[in-house]
Amino acid sequence: MSPKRIVLRFGTDISVKPIVYRLVKDYDLVVNIVKADVNPQKEGTMILEVTGDQSENGLNYLRNLGVSVQALNQEIVRNEEKCVMCGACTGVCPTGALYLERPSMEVRFDGDQCVFCQLCVKVCPMWAMEVSL
Amino acid sequence: MSVEKTYAEINAKIKAGKAVVVTAEELITLVEEKGLSKAAQEVDVVTTGTFAPMCSSGAFLSFGHTKPRMKMQKVWLNGVAAYTGIAAVDAYIGATEMHEDDPLNSNYPGEFRYGGGHVISDLVARKPVKLKALGYGTDCYPRRNLETTITLDEINEAILFNPRNAYQNYNCAVNLTDRTIYTYMGMIKPHLGNANYSTAGQLSPLLKDPHFKTIGVGTKIFLGGGIGYVAWNGTQHFPSMIDVEGKELGSAGGTLAVTGDLKQMSPRWLVGTSYLGYGATLSVGIGIPIPILNEEIARYAAKKDEELFAPVVDYGDAYPSFTPGNLGYVSYADLKSGKITVNGKEIPTAPLSSMPRAREIATTLKGWIQKGEFQLTEPVKTLPSPADGFIAHSIKED
Repeated sequence: MSPKRIVLRFGTDISVKPIVYRLVKDYDLVVNIVKADVNPQKEGTMILEVTGDQSENGLNYLRNLGVSVQALNQEIVRNEEKCVMCGACTGVCPTGALYLERPSMEVRFDGDQCVFCQLCVKVCPMWAMEVSL
Repeated sequence: MSVEKTYAEINAKIKAGKAVVVTAEELITLVEEKGLSKAAQEVDVVTTGTFAPMCSSGAFLSFGHTKPRMKMQKVWLNGVAAYTGIAAVDAYIGATEMHEDDPLNSNYPGEFRYGGGHVISDLVARKPVKLKALGYGTDCYPRRNLETTITLDEINEAILFNPRNAYQNYNCAVNLTDRTIYTYMGMIKPHLGNANYSTAGQLSPLLKDPHFKTIGVGTKIFLGGGIGYVAWNGTQHFPSMIDVEGKELGSAGGTLAVTGDLKQMSPRWLVGTSYLGYGATLSVGIGIPIPILNEEIARYAAKKDEELFAPVVDYGDAYPSFTPGNLGYVSYADLKSGKITVNGKEIPTAPLSSMPRAREIATTLKGWIQKGEFQLTEPVKTLPSPADGFIAHSIKED
């Protein structure tokens, strides 16, 4: 079974609730937290990969709590025409999705490792990293 | 027996299609296999390459006259100001000038999406560029306003003239402070979070001729995908030699002023570039052939990443405050490995200079020479070398 990639957005009230624990304990889901920004002072976001028979039930539980649940259908893509393979992105990519192949020093992009932090979009000097909808 | 060759002999071989041409990386392998003397005898030309953001770049444009005539006093290209205080319809578009409406760093860190470097890229990509000009009107040049569209092919001249390119070597930038900084060396995380460097190392032109034995005024080069020439030494040309672990090495020092006809260059090798929180510039592709006139020239041209070193500099405090000194030296082999150790901490490295593109330039130039299309030029004047002892001055304030 391939995991579902979802984006959660929730208010400050949710940030103090153990929602991930509930997904695991009550719905028997395998949860991989790809990215999380949880702060009791502001709206939070989380990107999850969830796997399990009851995944739809688990997501309904989140919706009933008032959590916005959306499929992750945005992705980061590299514009091959614009990329000059300088490697500037490889220093800021937190997961190694963007990396240098040695000894050629060619820049590679492994989309499966990307957590959509968009740091590369900001730092690429050639604007070669793009958000695709 | 030590080898001695002349430019004329090498050019005769190029013309006959018999010259032995290798890239600087290939020379390294050759020297490892056959030894320096044998390699120096066999090889006629070594090609180098670099592709990186190079500030102090720009182009002289001569637009042609309007009817009625106009003496331009202010000029904008796609909203980016060019300097026209040189003649009626001539202007210089500089790589780091920003679009008039750019918010710069007011929303820190600014994005700097479009500047003079991007205008040059658009021109050389044959895109139409908006020209706006204002004049004050004279008896001979009465017109005061102009708004039109130009293309590279329609204007009379477009001469790339970059006053400082091809830095011989460059700092490896780190950050000792506790906040992320946005610099011309990219984004540097606090507490030695990462390190950025920007030369092609063993392919970099001036690291392969550190005493300026062959590269001088008039040297014909690969510039922006076309043919260019070394016009003079670059600004901030302070060649010197440093001693790292008992080895004599090129410092950051040497630079080149380069020029060529923009109309025969390519957007692949002149790319508008933006640095978050810093500004915009132009990435330039440069390749320089080094004639192997003797064994000494071959010895420098064969220097490999393990023998070439960059100083590690703190861009959080030492660089902006102009505090001399550095945090030590690291080899390009270490930098390219992806990890270096600074102040006892292992930190990840990333390049800003493209090795694949540098290699492509060196290989392209090699091809041109092998086909007999590109002959070497002997410098009409040598450039100041480390022996000349140039040193940098800073601005004295009243």
